[in-house]
Amino acid sequence: MEAMELTADTAAEQLETDADRAFGFWIYLMSDAVIFALLFATYAVMSRNYADGPSGHALFDLGHTFAETLLLLCSSIAYGFVSLAAARGRRAQALLWLGVAFALGLGFVLMELAEFNAMIAQGAGPDRSGFLSAFFTLVGTHGTHVSFGLIWILVMMAQVAVKGLTASVRSRLLRLGLFWHFLDIMWIGIFSIVYLPGVLQ
Amino acid sequence: MFDHWLGKLTIHVIPYDNPIIMSAAAFMALVILLVLGALTFYGKWTWLWKGWLTSLDHKKIGSMYVILAMVMLLRGFVDAAMMRTQQAMAAGADPGYLPPHHFDQIFSAHGTIMIVFMAMPFLTGLINVVVPQQIGARDVAFPFMNAVSLWLTVAGAALILLSLVVGTFSRAGWTGYPPYSELQYNPGVGVDYWILPLVISGVGTTMTGINFIVTILRKRAPGMTLMRMPLFTWSALCTSVLMVLAFPALTVVTVLLGLDRYAGMHFFTNGQGGNMMNYANLFWIWGHPEVYILILPAFGVFSEVIATFSGKRLFGYRMMVYAVAVIALLSFTVWLHHFFTMGAGANVNAVFGIATMLIAIPTGVKVFHWLFTMYRGRIRFTAPMLFSVGFIPLFAIGGMTGVVLAEPPADFMMHNSEFLVAHFHNMLIPGALFGYLAGYMYWFPKAFGFTLNDRWGKIAFWNWLIGFLLAFMPLYMLGFMGMPRRMEHYGNPAWQPYLVVAAVGAVFIGFGILSLIVQLVVSIRARQKNRDLSGDPWNGRTLEWATASPPPPYNFAVLPVVTDVDAFAAMKQAGTAWQRPARYEAIVLPRNSGLAFVMGGLAFACGFAVIWHIWWAATATALGALAAVITRAWRDEQEYTLSAAEVQRLGDARFADLENALAAAVGQSETTGNQPVPQV
Repeated sequence: MEAMELTADTAAEQLETDADRAFGFWIYLMSDAVIFALLFATYAVMSRNYADGPSGHALFDLGHTFAETLLLLCSSIAYGFVSLAAARGRRAQALLWLGVAFALGLGFVLMELAEFNAMIAQGAGPDRSGFLSAFFTLVGTHGTHVSFGLIWILVMMAQVAVKGLTASVRSRLLRLGLFWHFLDIMWIGIFSIVYLPGVLQ
Repeated sequence: MFDHWLGKLTIHVIPYDNPIIMSAAAFMALVILLVLGALTFYGKWTWLWKGWLTSLDHKKIGSMYVILAMVMLLRGFVDAAMMRTQQAMAAGADPGYLPPHHFDQIFSAHGTIMIVFMAMPFLTGLINVVVPQQIGARDVAFPFMNAVSLWLTVAGAALILLSLVVGTFSRAGWTGYPPYSELQYNPGVGVDYWILPLVISGVGTTMTGINFIVTILRKRAPGMTLMRMPLFTWSALCTSVLMVLAFPALTVVTVLLGLDRYAGMHFFTNGQGGNMMNYANLFWIWGHPEVYILILPAFGVFSEVIATFSGKRLFGYRMMVYAVAVIALLSFTVWLHHFFTMGAGANVNAVFGIATMLIAIPTGVKVFHWLFTMYRGRIRFTAPMLFSVGFIPLFAIGGMTGVVLAEPPADFMMHNSEFLVAHFHNMLIPGALFGYLAGYMYWFPKAFGFTLNDRWGKIAFWNWLIGFLLAFMPLYMLGFMGMPRRMEHYGNPAWQPYLVVAAVGAVFIGFGILSLIVQLVVSIRARQKNRDLSGDPWNGRTLEWATASPPPPYNFAVLPVVTDVDAFAAMKQAGTAWQRPARYEAIVLPRNSGLAFVMGGLAFACGFAVIWHIWWAATATALGALAAVITRAWRDEQEYTLSAAEVQRLGDARFADLENALAAAVGQSETTGNQPVPQV
């Protein structure tokens, strides 16, 4: 009897702790949002500081960016299916969708790296002008976040595979989901503030 | 080929030829050797590792923060004393004893250390020790993250201390304004030694902010509504919000400057599309809220200390809460007043000037409420109370000079002058440091189980007060006389007498610091005599005084039920304080972990490697840190359970102490009536 009580207590405590962690993670995301807000503001200030170098109009390829956007948003949808599978306790399904989310996210990072490489190759690297410094830093910060998210997805795939969908693994999946969707929102900002005005100039 | 392996690091970066630096280095080495020797001699290594370095107990983490702050206070004070000596000497033909490049490093280090590595750890330490107990919680929300915050802060502080011996520190002031801090004008490692510690400790501070927001909003004891939280907890909550929202700006601005320096980018450079005014904006978007991060916890301490030692409930509690919250909010609307002269335009300057003056309103509300709290109270002039009472008039002076500076036309005249130096020291020494020292003396018995010597505390106070007045009032006058800040040498002989007085002030402050050290030594030697058996040495009003001194790892065996703002005072009045629980229950506690300490070590090594361009080591330590995070994320069992029997044993010992305290109190006469009489 007492043992059962203890388990119930522990379960309640676990829920409480998970809720604390989710709340703490939201606050972390807010502070990360401040970082992005300041980088966006810096980009806005510097978006015309070409220093006789190339402008966004010359550099950006909307088709490429559109493909990147599709990869990232589809990765987010895939993660939505991870959440559904985790809620229903379907381990194999969760693993599968985690794999899909990872592959799509990896595709996004590779496309971004290809874009950066091409720009650097034509002499439009981050050291060319204030505009390009701000561009590479803002977009690169987002890309770095996505890359850490990819590492996190791999860690969670290993945890789901080894530990199964335990309460603490599910709570980690929840926070990874928050992170992954947050990066989508930041990307929408980048698309609308960096690429679209750049191309439309 | 080995040259490449060490980046820019060679044996020549150690300034052997500078006797001042070498004697400072010898002193640091001596202290370190003495500490290591003492640890070995007394066989205390296990105690240190298991009891402190790997501990996730918020009281111990808080104490370690305060110890760090004290060490850095010494270092920052030595810098200050050197500057005062130089300026007292270097008029006219006398060049003084410090060359310009050394003087510039000293004022840069003084500001950076005092704000980021003295004041920040001090307030974070006080919050750590006190807040969980004040809200009737057993721990913070994220004990492990708390330890990571601590060790990242230590790593940053260690890097700054190291810059004294290995290489040089920044000469660009604590604000590091470009273009001077850019590679073009500062090609050495100095500015990097400024950037890396700020980035590393800034991450730690952001995590501290997250931790205490969650702790305060979600871990309060039953019955403690938001409007029943003690004022120190309120100020800690506001400070935590500011930490989370403002520190990312410091991270951004230092990283962008780093990208300019390391990757050849053009955020703040001359030419190539750089915009150095953006630096000033980003820096002060952190920098101004930072001032309130420093001051709000001190306001919280004053509110607790003044209420306790006046034997009264805090006057106008609700107004005090609103005032703290309004100050926190307004702190984000005034950053531009740090650079009115940049030329943003008259209207922009006017808006920020008015916003700045508005802050005087909630601050004035607080000052009057402290005065009204004392009015008709039974005031006990203990050392913490003296610091609080001394703070009020000095802070009023500083506030008024702040309103003067908030007027853009006046600011154009006084910008970058000694008037400004006097103003912000006027805010931060009485406004912040006096509060921390009051809090240190007030809560010391709670953390360590014995009270500090009050006489030496009072001697320290008078030295600090007189020293502060002598050191900074002349600077106001020098500002009016047109003396710019940061002068290594000056031609105007009329300034010298004032600077000599200021140097005398530094001597008094030195005595103040010495008195603090004597107080600590005297108190440790008399610790048996001054043991705090009741856990409530001051007849306190808030929940932290309901626990034993020092508290057990879980603080409260049974969570208290709160019915009033002054929860513990209400319990004492209703006769429900110190009640022996009917039965004890097992308690779950965080297990010790050395991983946070290791992460701090890796951050230190990584920072050092980046400063010296040792890229293989930077990569290796960064990967190591990532591995440490993944290791921690893998573990599910991070707690252990303290059995009910063990909790009972600790609880019984506590009640035995309380009975002894009762016996001692009965033996004393009525005149000491401020001592509470525990009823067991």
